[in-house]
Amino acid sequence: MDQTFHVTSNPHVRAKDDTQRIMLYVIISLLPAAGFGIYNFGAKALLLIVLTIASCVASEYIYEKLLKKKVTIGDLSAVVTGLLLALNLPSSLPWWMAVLGGAFAIIVVKMLFGGLGQNFMNPALGARCFLVISFTGAMTNFSDYKGYADVFSGATPLATLKAGGSVDSMRMLIGTIPGTIGETSVIALLIGAIFLILMGVIDLTIPGTYILTFAVFTLIFGGHGFDMGFLTAELCGGGLMLGAFFMATDYVTSPITPMGRVLFGLCLGVLTGIFRFFGASAEGVSYAIVFSNLLVPLIERVTIPRAFGVKKERRAKTDGK
Amino acid sequence: MGVKTFKGGVHPYDGKDLSKSKPVRELKPKGALVFPLSQHIGAPATPVVNVGDTVLRGQKIAEAGGFVSSPIYSSVSGTVRAIEPRRVAVGDMVNSIVIESDGNFLETGFTEHEDIESLSNEEIINLIKEAGVVGMGGAGFPTHVKLSPKEPDKIEYIIANCAECEPYLTSDYRRMIEEPEKLVEGMRIVLQLFPKAQGVFGVEDNKPDCIEKLSELVKNERRMSVQPLMTKYPQGGERQLIHAVTGRDINSKMLPADAGCIVDNVETLVAIYNGVRYGRPLMNRTFTVTGDAVADPRNFSICIGTNFAELLDAADGLHTEAKKLIAGGPMMGFALFDLNIPTTKTTSALLCLSEDEASKYETTACINCGRCVEACPEQLVPSKLADYAEHKQFDLFEKWYGLECVECGSCSFGCPARRHLAQSIKSAKKLVLASKRKK
Repeated sequence: MDQTFHVTSNPHVRAKDDTQRIMLYVIISLLPAAGFGIYNFGAKALLLIVLTIASCVASEYIYEKLLKKKVTIGDLSAVVTGLLLALNLPSSLPWWMAVLGGAFAIIVVKMLFGGLGQNFMNPALGARCFLVISFTGAMTNFSDYKGYADVFSGATPLATLKAGGSVDSMRMLIGTIPGTIGETSVIALLIGAIFLILMGVIDLTIPGTYILTFAVFTLIFGGHGFDMGFLTAELCGGGLMLGAFFMATDYVTSPITPMGRVLFGLCLGVLTGIFRFFGASAEGVSYAIVFSNLLVPLIERVTIPRAFGVKKERRAKTDGK
Repeated sequence: MGVKTFKGGVHPYDGKDLSKSKPVRELKPKGALVFPLSQHIGAPATPVVNVGDTVLRGQKIAEAGGFVSSPIYSSVSGTVRAIEPRRVAVGDMVNSIVIESDGNFLETGFTEHEDIESLSNEEIINLIKEAGVVGMGGAGFPTHVKLSPKEPDKIEYIIANCAECEPYLTSDYRRMIEEPEKLVEGMRIVLQLFPKAQGVFGVEDNKPDCIEKLSELVKNERRMSVQPLMTKYPQGGERQLIHAVTGRDINSKMLPADAGCIVDNVETLVAIYNGVRYGRPLMNRTFTVTGDAVADPRNFSICIGTNFAELLDAADGLHTEAKKLIAGGPMMGFALFDLNIPTTKTTSALLCLSEDEASKYETTACINCGRCVEACPEQLVPSKLADYAEHKQFDLFEKWYGLECVECGSCSFGCPARRHLAQSIKSAKKLVLASKRKK
């Protein structure tokens, strides 16, 4: 026989989904929220989204070209980072801050740590925190939004609540409220989340534990008892849905062990509650996620799943050495 | 009875339509046949013939080299040409007996046993041992050893592995459709050895016709039943099958007998029946030649020792260029670089694929997505294990239960970064186990 054949280790077949396709699913799932943001905040929001994505993709491309590495923008992960970051920005933000944020997310948070899969912090949230600290005023200026007639005009619903006011839960579900571009519409976010779950990209473990833990925490420590209106507002506001379904579920920066995911969700719920009810600011999702990202290696170490058919005793013995 | 299964697993394209409707055709080999002396787990068999001897079909040509070993019989009549190392499907050179067939297939005499119920356990186990029966699903563990557990009274389940979860393979399916009676009779013999056991036929629900046929056959059997299983790879993995049928779990340090189970594959049970009832040793097996590159995918009853190339010719060869040739199924089979190798007791298929998905895609960065964790039937974390394997961190590899891997390949199959997870883990497992043996 004169033909040569490929020889590899088994298995010899592969599933269809690759990284690029998964990232594409994430992008599609964020489109309802992005679309609503553009409807809610106007063309300025669209411009910010485009600029942030462009900044992220360009940063990755230039960094890899300069360092003579393989260009990886084809995996679409930079697009996801850019889109997520844009959805976390107020529409009134000066364009150059968004561009700077995108570059920070990709170069500092992602590439300096080794690129895709190696970053220990969600790049989009890392950049958001960087922007909040650097440009606090611009990052918390929601006065762009004119549709919300309230004494606390321009304040987010959570800020309003924190100051003792009341909010309209229905508007929070639909999203016709001030806030960052992509966080306001719970309905749009849930449509995307359901799509991701149906496509098998995410499961409910992390978002479910996160939201449940936070709800319980709110009932106990929120200071409003069993006020369902307050609870709904807390759950719908402050980017909790965006964070729980799209950023806490980021593969790279969440635990891979099944029990670890539960623990991660618990940490997120408790931390968000602490930041919101005992901290100075009304929102706390970004910090809770970024902080929990740092706990991931520890969480994974204490949640090594016991292998199939291995009894408890053996585990104790193995751990003992 | 509801459909049962295990946690984890994957759903590869099953490709069984290529060959499932093709009845088993007997294939008479031409030319030389090769009989490797190691085609089972345990000590190699010892030749009892010399170069130049003439042998008959069914004549013993090598005897068991120990308790955990198995004798080998010629599947043709002819002349012993050589006893020399030959390459086998897994790539190794193995000492083998080469027999030139005379084309007549003259058989030696066999001793039949019509009244099996009057045979003692020792007699039955000895007949099975002498028939050279080993686990024919791939592992090749000598069946008489499996049927001699330390505490026979604790065996509560005899499970017939009729899952055939490997994609493309249809040999077990054809057996069940064409000769289900032999399978049931094989089970009856094993049940005779273990009076407290129940016999369960575990069949994946993508073979409803087999489930129906077997159910019909055992409907009046007090000690036999059919258990439909979910169609999912690796449903036919021993640990996964035991879990699905009995709810009991075993790990790498345990034998099925520790959970009160003995698992035998379809071909093995038929071989037990032929060996005990007719005294016919293991000389033939069903074999599938399939894949999108094969002109006429089919199922054959082959003489063990037949060359792979001859089998491909019998299926009218390739009708398009094949990139990859595999002995066995696409999930756990061995890639071949040459077809000039013999079939053995444990080879069940030749798969010829026009595309090699394993090397087609480039490996990209792990994104920690956890699909390998979901896919792993052993509830391991393959991405971590592969990292530890690649960085030679064998203590962590063990701590994360790397030695429990069953090498099913589900992790690599599902990985969106196209990492070769199973390959890394398998290699590390070998190294760790080797260093443990040294100690």
